[in-house]
Amino acid sequence: MKPSAFEYHRVRSVDEAVSLLTRLGGDAKLLAGGQSLVGMMNFRLARPSALIDISLVDALNYITSNEEGLRIGALTSHRAVERLDDPVASERFSVLPRSAHWIGHYAIRSVGTFGGSIAHADPAAEWCMLALLLDAEVVAVGPQGERVVPIGDFFTGFLQTDLAEDEMLTEVRIRTAWPHAALHEFSRRHGDFAIVAAAAAVQMSGDHCTDARIVIGGVDSTVIRVADAESVLTGATINAEAIGEAAAAAARAVDPPEDLNGSAAYRRHLTEVLVRRALDEAIAHGE
Amino acid sequence: MVSDETPDRDEPPQGGWVGRRMPRVEDPYLLTGRGVFVDDIDLPGTLHLVFVRSNFAAASIEGIDVTEALLVPGVVAVLTADHIRDVIPIRGYLDRAEFTVTDMPILAAEVVRHVGEPIAAVLADSPYAAEDGAEAVDVTYGVTAAVADFEAALANGAAAVHEAAPNNVLVDITLDPSPDLDRVFEQAPHVVDVEVSTGRLAASPMEGRACLSYYDDRTQQVVLHSSTQVPHTVRTAVAASLGLGESRVRVISPDVGGGFGVKCVVAREEVLVAAASRLLGRPVKWIEDRREGLTAGFQSREQRYTLSGAFDELGALQALRADIMCDVGAYSCFPYSCGVEVLMAANELPGAYRVPMYRVRSRGVATNKPPIAPYRGVSRPQAVLAMERLMEKAAKAVGIGPIEIRDRNLVARSEFPYRNVNGALYDAGSYRESLARCAELVEYDSWPTKQADARSDGRLLGLGISSFCEPTAYGTDAFGARKMSIVPGYEQATIRMDPNGSVVMMVGTHSHGQGHATTYAQIVADRLGIDPSRISIRQGDTDLVPHGWGTFASRSVVAGGGALDSAANTLAEKLRQIAAHLLEAAPQDLVLADGRAQVKGSPSRSIAVEELARVAHHASNRLPKDLGRGLEATESFDPQGTYSNATHAAIVEIDPQTGGVTILRYVVVEDCGVMINPMIVDGQVTGGVAQGIGGALLEELVYSPEGQPLAGSFVDYLLPTATDLPIVEVHHFSTPTDRTPMGAKGMGEGGTIGAPAAVLNAVNNALVHLGVQLERVPIRPSDVIAVMELASADRGVVP
Amino acid sequence: MKDIHDIEITINGERRAVTVESRRTLADVLRHDLGLTGTHLGCEHGVCGACTVLVDGLPARSCLMFGVQADGREVETVEGLGTPENLNTLQQAFMTEHGLQCGFCTPGFLMLLTALLRENPNPSDDEIRDVVASNICRCTGYAGILRAARLAADSDAIAT
Repeated sequence: MKPSAFEYHRVRSVDEAVSLLTRLGGDAKLLAGGQSLVGMMNFRLARPSALIDISLVDALNYITSNEEGLRIGALTSHRAVERLDDPVASERFSVLPRSAHWIGHYAIRSVGTFGGSIAHADPAAEWCMLALLLDAEVVAVGPQGERVVPIGDFFTGFLQTDLAEDEMLTEVRIRTAWPHAALHEFSRRHGDFAIVAAAAAVQMSGDHCTDARIVIGGVDSTVIRVADAESVLTGATINAEAIGEAAAAAARAVDPPEDLNGSAAYRRHLTEVLVRRALDEAIAHGE
Repeated sequence: MVSDETPDRDEPPQGGWVGRRMPRVEDPYLLTGRGVFVDDIDLPGTLHLVFVRSNFAAASIEGIDVTEALLVPGVVAVLTADHIRDVIPIRGYLDRAEFTVTDMPILAAEVVRHVGEPIAAVLADSPYAAEDGAEAVDVTYGVTAAVADFEAALANGAAAVHEAAPNNVLVDITLDPSPDLDRVFEQAPHVVDVEVSTGRLAASPMEGRACLSYYDDRTQQVVLHSSTQVPHTVRTAVAASLGLGESRVRVISPDVGGGFGVKCVVAREEVLVAAASRLLGRPVKWIEDRREGLTAGFQSREQRYTLSGAFDELGALQALRADIMCDVGAYSCFPYSCGVEVLMAANELPGAYRVPMYRVRSRGVATNKPPIAPYRGVSRPQAVLAMERLMEKAAKAVGIGPIEIRDRNLVARSEFPYRNVNGALYDAGSYRESLARCAELVEYDSWPTKQADARSDGRLLGLGISSFCEPTAYGTDAFGARKMSIVPGYEQATIRMDPNGSVVMMVGTHSHGQGHATTYAQIVADRLGIDPSRISIRQGDTDLVPHGWGTFASRSVVAGGGALDSAANTLAEKLRQIAAHLLEAAPQDLVLADGRAQVKGSPSRSIAVEELARVAHHASNRLPKDLGRGLEATESFDPQGTYSNATHAAIVEIDPQTGGVTILRYVVVEDCGVMINPMIVDGQVTGGVAQGIGGALLEELVYSPEGQPLAGSFVDYLLPTATDLPIVEVHHFSTPTDRTPMGAKGMGEGGTIGAPAAVLNAVNNALVHLGVQLERVPIRPSDVIAVMELASADRGVVP
Repeated sequence: MKDIHDIEITINGERRAVTVESRRTLADVLRHDLGLTGTHLGCEHGVCGACTVLVDGLPARSCLMFGVQADGREVETVEGLGTPENLNTLQQAFMTEHGLQCGFCTPGFLMLLTALLRENPNPSDDEIRDVVASNICRCTGYAGILRAARLAADSDAIAT
C-alpha cells in the first residue's frame, strides 16, 4: 500500500496553485489535508501525476462572518469549524459546529479541511450536505479569475464537481442564516461515513414553516436535496404529522443501492428515521 | 477455596509475587517506541518483496509476463513458481481417513483458488518500487467457476476447489458415542432445534504478518525474522520446504504486534521470503499490508451449527445432536490443517454442560476463499453461541428461566473431575457458582420489571447470559489425538543464574502482549526467593531458547509457566546445596527468601543469593567436586489441559428506529484458578471480550458470489473502537487446578469465547416480546430492523 | 524519473536533513530514513491511527502525509516523550493502568492523547472516549487506555 510516483509542488498562494494546475494539466491534484486523497493513493485508487500542496496557503485558513453571511476559507480545518467561537456566526450557523463531531475523529478533524471535503464531493460528507442544505456558494479560482458557483450546480457526480481541471476551490460562502437546522446520521461505528445521513433546515414564522431544505447523504452519487419532502413542509404548520409526512416523502424519493450494511429497503427506512430526527432537532434548536 | 474478590488495585504485597498486580516490565521500552518489530529492523542491501496476488477466486494461470515489471526502476527480480520448483509446498495434514490432503503451493503455478493467492513475488530496492513492479506483472487468467460459500460448494454440480475433493468436503468427522441417542430423542418431552451461523472474521492484529530473511554465512543458517507466535514451528516448516535440516534455519520472532492465532501457523509468505533471500543472496523483507491482511491472510469463524437438544420435563439436557459446517477456504494451514475448526467444534460443543448423549457430524467445506487458521477461541465462540441459543430456546420450551436452565445443566462442583461424553476429563471449576454470581451482579431477579418499565418508555433493553468452559493448554496427548504431522503441547524452559545473581529465563513460548516477562518472573521469583526485577526473559529465537511450541491456545502460563516452575525448582535445589555447603547446614533445612538462603530456625545463618552465584561461577573450587558446575537448569512440562470457566452477561439497548445495538453493561465472572497477575488477567478478559463483541456486532469479511472480497480495508472491516465497547466489569472466582504447579489455568481466549453468545442472547431478549429472534452474528442494524419489520407485518402493525 | 527533494524537519526539537522521494509517506521517512521506528504502521489508510504523530502540534496520521510535506515543519513522535528510565506522566499512567498489551498501537495513542491533554488538560470522560475512538487497539478493549488518559489528566504533574 504505497502510492505511485508523483511530482510534488508546494505553493504558498492561490495564484501559484492555479498557474501550476494550468501548467501540469489534468492529472495534477491539489493536496490539502489529504485525509481522503492520500488514503486512496495508498490503495492506488488515485494516482495523480503531480500533487500541488496547498496545505500551507495560510490565506485560505479563516472563518469570517458579517451581515453578508459566513465565509469559510478552503483550508479551514474541520476542528476549527467545530470550535467556531464567533458569537454571531455560531448562533446563525450553529449547525456547522454542531455537526462537526460526526466527521471522522479528533485526528482526522485536526488535519482534514472544509474545502477539501467539499471539493472531494463524497456523497456522505457532512460538509457537502450542509453546504447544499444552507444554499452555499462555492468560490472557484482559475486562470481567468474567480467565479462563484451555486452549490446546486457544484456536485456533478460521484466524487465529481463543477470545478475545471485548472480551478481550485478557495472559499465557501453561506449567505442565509438557518438557525433551525440539524444533521443526523447513522453508521455502525461512530465516526465512519454514514450509511445514511440527513440534514434539515427550516425557516419558521411561529409554528408555520416558510421555507424548508432536506438533504440526504450516502444514498446517491452525490448529496441530494429532496424537493418532495421540502414541499410537504413549506407553507405547512409544523407538527409531528407534517414531520412524519416529510420524512416518509424523503424515504420514497431516495433510491439507495444495497451495500455491506444493509438492503436498499433498510437504507430507505433509515432515511425516514434520520429526516425525522434532523427535523425534530432543527425545529427544537433556536427556540 | 472459592472467593469472589477482585483484589484491590493497590493491595499490599503479601506472601509471594504470584497473585500481585505487578506492573509489566515490558512496558517502559514499548511506551517509549523502543520495541523492535520486524519492520523496525533495517539491514543494508535489503530487497523489499511485494506479492502479485490473484484477482480471481478461481482461475487457471494462462501466462505470467514479467517483462514490463523487470523494466521498472528499482526492481531487481520477479519470482514465479518456475523459480522455486525445488521449494516444497506447505502441507497441513491429519492422519485420518476423514481428511483429504491438499497442498498449499508457495506460489501458484497452474491454478489459483482464491483472490489474494500469491502468484509472483517482485523484489526491489524499496517497497514503493516493488509495488510498481507488482502492478506491471501481467497475469493472464482463464477464469473458472468459483464457490464462495457452503451452499455453493455443496450444491449439485458445484465446481471443485480441489480435484482431490470433488464434493468440496475436506474433513468430515462424526462422533457417535451414544448408540441410544435416537431413542432418547423419540421419547423426550422437549426437543429443541437451533440453527445459528457466524460470519467470517480476520483476527487483525495491529501489526500484520512480517518477515525478514537473510543468510548467515558464519553459521550457515537461513535466518528468518518473522512476526510469529510459534518460532520453532515456523522453523520446522520453513526447513522442510527449503529441504534443509532444522538446525540450518534460525527463526527469530522479535516484538510481535498481536497474534490472536493468525500467527500460530506457518504462511506461504514466510517460506517464500526465506527462499527468495537464498536465491538472490540478499536480505529480503516482506511486510504484509492491511489489504493483504484482510483479503489474502488467514481467516476464520465462518460456521453453521444445526442443533437438536432433547430435554426432560425439568429442562435437563438428555441428548444433543449436531451438524456443523466450517467454511475452511481453499487450503490447509500448517500444522493444524483445515480441520482445526472442524475438530474443535465437534469435540468442544458440549462445553460446560452435562451432555449425557451426543452425536455430531462436523464438516470442513472448501471454498474459493483464503484458508482458515486458528483465531482466539477456535470454534468455541461459535460452539458456545450455538449451545447458549439452545439453552435459551429450551428454557422457553420447558417454561423456566435462562438462569434456571443453565443451573440445571452446568456441571456441578461435586461432579469434578468430570468426564464428558467425548471422554475429556475436566478439572474443577465454578460453573454454577459463576452463573449465580453473574446473575446477582446484574440483578437478574429484577430484570423483567426493569425491562418492562423501559419498554413502556419505548426503550428496548435486553439481557443476555452465556456460560462456558474453556479447555486450555492442550498437552501432547490432546494434540496427539488430532493426528497432525507434528504433535505440539509440551514446553521447555531453561533458567540460568549469572555470576551476579541475576536470572535469565529462556522459554519456548512467545509473548506478544500477554506480559510473560512479568508473569514468568513472578513465578520464578517465588521459587528462587529473589526479586522479580532480577529476572529477565529471552524468547522467540530458535537458536537461543529450548525447543518449544510458542504461544497460542491459552497455554503459556500453564505450559511455559510449568516448565519454568520446574526449572526454577531444580535451580533452587542447587542453590540450596551450595548454600548448605557454605553454611555447613543440610540442604533440606535451607529456604530461599528475600534474596537469601536461610537456615530454617536460625535467621542469623544465611547467605545472599548473589554470593551463591558468585561462588558457583568464580570460586567453584570451594564447592564439592560432585556438585555440577554452573547455575543452569532446563526442564519441561507437558500439560494435561486445564478448564477455565466463566459466565458473561450483556445488557444491551436496541434503537428501535435504526436497529443500532449499544452495550450498556458487560459483566464477566470468570475462574482461571490461581491468577499469577490479576491485572494481566483482567486485561486479557477485557481485550478478549472486545474481540468477541467485534465479531458479534461489527466485523465480517463479506464475499461476493464470485469470491471477491467486499471488505478489503478497515473502512469496511469494522474493528471496534472505544465508543463501540462497554467498560467490562471483571469478577473472579479462583478454583486452583491440581494440574499445574501454581494452580493456574490458561485463560487467554475466554473473553472472546463468551461474548458473541451473551450479546446475541441480549439482543434477542430485547426483541422477545415481538416474537422474533436473530440467529446470526455479526448482528447488523439492518438485520435487527428486518426482523422487527417481520414482527410488525405478522401482527398487521405498521412499524 | 524519481521526484527527489532535500528537506529539513524539526523532529522532537532537533533539525534533521533528509532526502526523500516525494511519494514517501511521513511514516516511512520517520521510520526508515530517520530511524525513528517508534511510529508504527497499522493500516496505511488513516483508520487505525498507529502512525499518529504531531505535526506543528496537531495530531496527524503520518501514513496520510508525505514526508516532503513536513519540510520546514515541527514533528513530534513517541521518541520525544519520556525515556524508559524516566517515563512522562502519560506513559507512566499507561503502565499503571495496563493501557497496553502488545504495544504496537501504543505510540499512536500516546501522541493522540498528548495532543488532547495539551489542548484540554481537563477533559471529561466522554471527551476522552471520543478522542480514544480515533485510533484502534486490538488487544486491550481500550479500558486501560481510557483509565490511563483519565489518570494522566487528573495527575498533578503536567501530563505531557
